[in-house]
Amino acid sequence: MRYLPLTDADRKAMLGKIGVTNTDALFATVPKDKLLGGLLDLPKGKSELAVERSMGRLAAQNTPAGSVPFFVGAGAYKHHLPASVDHLIQRSEFLTSYTPYQPEIAQGTLQYLFEFQSQVGQLTHMEVANASMYDGSTAAAEAVLMAHRLSKRRRAVLAGNLHPHYRETIATVSSMSGDEILAAPPAPAGSEELAHLIDNTVSCVVVQTPDFYGHLHDLNALAERAHAVGALLIAVFTEVVSLGAIEPPGAMGADIVVGEGQSIGNALSFGGPYVGLFATRQKYLRQMPGRLCGETVDKEGRRGFVLTLSTREQHIRREKATSNICTNSGLCVLAFTIHMSLLGEAGLRRLALLNHANAVALAELLVKVPGVELLNETFFNEFTIRVPGKAADVIERLAAKGVLGGVPVSRLEPDRAELADLIVVAATEVNTEEDRVAYAKALREVLEC
Amino acid sequence: MLNRQGRPTTPGETVASAPDTFSGNRALAIEEGLIFEIGRVDTTGVDIEEPPSFAARLGKLARRAPLGLPGLSEPETMRHYVRLSQKNYGIDTGLFPLGSCTMKHNPRLNEGMARLPGFGDIHPLQPLSTVPGAVALIAELARWLRELTGMAVVAMTPKAGAHGELCGMMAIKAALAARREHRSVVLVPESAHGTNPATAALLGYRVVSVPARADGTVDAEEIRKRLSSDVAAIMLTNPNTCGLFERDVVAIAEAVHAAGAYFYADGANFNAIVGKVRPGDLGVDAMHINLHKTFSTPHGGGGPGAGPVALSAALAPFLPLPYTIVDAHSIGYVEHAGRPAQPVADRSMASSLSAAQADRSGDAGSAGGVAPPAAPQAADRADAGAKPLGRMCAFHGQMGMYVRALAYMLSHGSDGMRQASEDAVLNANYVRNSLADLMSAPFGDQLCMHEALFDDHWLEGTGITTLDFAKAMIDEGYHPMTIYFPLVVHGAMLIEPTESESKESLDRFIASLRKLAAAARGGEVARFREAPRYAPRRRLDETKAAREPRLRWTAAQERQQAAE
Repeated sequence: MRYLPLTDADRKAMLGKIGVTNTDALFATVPKDKLLGGLLDLPKGKSELAVERSMGRLAAQNTPAGSVPFFVGAGAYKHHLPASVDHLIQRSEFLTSYTPYQPEIAQGTLQYLFEFQSQVGQLTHMEVANASMYDGSTAAAEAVLMAHRLSKRRRAVLAGNLHPHYRETIATVSSMSGDEILAAPPAPAGSEELAHLIDNTVSCVVVQTPDFYGHLHDLNALAERAHAVGALLIAVFTEVVSLGAIEPPGAMGADIVVGEGQSIGNALSFGGPYVGLFATRQKYLRQMPGRLCGETVDKEGRRGFVLTLSTREQHIRREKATSNICTNSGLCVLAFTIHMSLLGEAGLRRLALLNHANAVALAELLVKVPGVELLNETFFNEFTIRVPGKAADVIERLAAKGVLGGVPVSRLEPDRAELADLIVVAATEVNTEEDRVAYAKALREVLEC
Repeated sequence: MLNRQGRPTTPGETVASAPDTFSGNRALAIEEGLIFEIGRVDTTGVDIEEPPSFAARLGKLARRAPLGLPGLSEPETMRHYVRLSQKNYGIDTGLFPLGSCTMKHNPRLNEGMARLPGFGDIHPLQPLSTVPGAVALIAELARWLRELTGMAVVAMTPKAGAHGELCGMMAIKAALAARREHRSVVLVPESAHGTNPATAALLGYRVVSVPARADGTVDAEEIRKRLSSDVAAIMLTNPNTCGLFERDVVAIAEAVHAAGAYFYADGANFNAIVGKVRPGDLGVDAMHINLHKTFSTPHGGGGPGAGPVALSAALAPFLPLPYTIVDAHSIGYVEHAGRPAQPVADRSMASSLSAAQADRSGDAGSAGGVAPPAAPQAADRADAGAKPLGRMCAFHGQMGMYVRALAYMLSHGSDGMRQASEDAVLNANYVRNSLADLMSAPFGDQLCMHEALFDDHWLEGTGITTLDFAKAMIDEGYHPMTIYFPLVVHGAMLIEPTESESKESLDRFIASLRKLAAAARGGEVARFREAPRYAPRRRLDETKAAREPRLRWTAAQERQQAAE
């Protein structure tokens, strides 16, 4: 086996040194009747070439985003990744290291975590950010738990236009921890009235902008309303590139900002691994979940970084920890930080502008297709259209024509018949004018027949 | 639990900063500023076309808040992050015996497979008809994990070990709720990972600790004493965090089940027993599997992980969404409770992976490398009584990690994985045996599983702590073992060499540790207290970091620094 350096002679010599006659003796504490006698019903090992062949064949059954006109978003986005990002994250010293428990030989990891926390703070316009969560959806669930701890209340209000998977992820944890959620119904036209749900029994209001249907929201009034009754405003985003163009939640009164960072640095990869961003106000620092990297000095007075404030965390505090999270999204954080460093403010602003421009151009083309209605007044790089008939069928027929045209809302909300004719459509910098024209043409054909 | 063992958190007296070069650099060890210090907001390393003028649709929400994000050109970016990487120790750098973390070799084949466009460049919400290979891969990995654990179903979506714990404990809570029972206690041995009690508490359970007996394992009698109709589950790590197989595990499982409770196993240490013994055969009801430990997906500086959870037949109905269903002919996918599976792929698509032609051993002519067509997995068709506990996260879980883990499994095969576990256990025992005369073991001189545990008893009177010893290992070119964990062992040193080390590598490691141990016993205090001397940084002041938290760069700080 190519990954195992021990030879049979080594094994024999080592067993001799230990003072046992065979390997079985090392497993003597395992109940004898439970030890497997032979091999399991699984094939024997394969060469690198053989694995490449079989996995390559399987991969070829899928349609990569980069191979077709591609407009699928709704929480994960196809962006161009600079070649240098993937090269750098595969440096052995990054790829094969672990949580920086020994900071003297992990300053590389710690410094990029510090850079990441700083970048997230700048992007969201918040005071402190942690070293990441698993993804946007689990970050949202952790934010709700944090709001419960801070407010000592156990009821969360969820906006109807929160990504349905985020809503369900929060609901799973809430139902199991005995907390309550009040989820408003979806409002695909964009205008939601949440104020009547917010009273002094509510710990937090969770609202997404740009929302699941693409609408942008000014959060100021909602934040005021929440604060008036002692509740927190949790702002969610699924497209971090939007923060290069639109007002960040931290400038609109949000107390906790969480979101998905996949768009920067990370491949689509069928939904994971991604990177959850989590930022809040300084005054809430001690109730934050997850790891934090902090600046300090070494014995010679030189600047260095360490994991800090770990008395919030499970490995110290055990059942009194703020979260059970341990391993987070280290390498995805690195990819995010490198890509964001490459972009910088100038690059991010231009990238965001180009995304918006491409989405506007696409929307203008699609509304010219007979029967198609655009639901959005405002949007960033994603919007919702209404089509005649079932959106899921339209998407399948578009796929048959080689266009991946978006997400039928029914894929995520199958129980709401009133949403069955809606498609969430995303456009990014990867889309060309030809792609947009191909989409409009295919959609016209699908809707005509 | 708060540092009762006197682990030092400040580096001691400050030594005068005396860089012997003008730059502060030391040849290949180059000082590197933050991107906020070396970058500029008007610089970018990505050329992006200027969009034609258009009518924006941002309403009144165009960004007014400052961004203040520095940019770097591509060559500057390369240099910055390469320099940072050089301040890190990884598995590829040297022996990384971090106990309980299974720092095994990360095959680069796996990286390549995860980057195939058909896996890396597919969207989680593109039509299922365009991703049959992805769903087939998830189903096939689930089959391998079922086979290796001997359990009924596998919940694939949890994003890391702790998330898997949450999922498994939720399944237990849901199963109890379905029985209309509300139990409030979870038993957790004192030596458990902190994630175990944190998870139980998150779900509202009261944690009751169980002490270990003198040999480091849990006594079934101690469990029986604490069992009652109010106990929901036990969370037991096996092999445990002392590196020992819980020899009473079957009796514990029986007692737990007799009390109507469930058996959660922390699978962090699964690498010791893959292909040797199956948790399902021991009576486990739920166990998470850290794909980044046992199945070699990269640790990546702290993730991403992946924590699929194997569930027993009793817990199978509570499998979280989404999940695959495999019958004799096809693979289906369930994304919503109460809705039928959507057929996605032909069953042969998944089995083709395991039945590929060339066998590593070269005996492709025989049927040796070909899996017999497995019977339909009845347990997969849990749908009749399915009561999924909901969604653990958006989308389908850690696909990129699934691809890597399956590439590892296909490469090893059933024979290679069994050998890997045997080698991991052999290596740990070899290290343990070779150090036992100099260092003290808390539970006596007994065989261990895949990791060897020492305490600091042998350092008594030397003035040297476990931390000092670990830091001296850094100077010798090694990543230290896990220290001060498990918490129940004073000054713990938990060494997990994994199967990836050769005998020669272990011999060098042992020789270094023996010399260090002799130096410690010989009173060479400075060697340890001053360590590390040759790392990119000397010891760091953790107290200062916590007392004056500086968690990000800010413009105000920079102005203040400039003024000073």
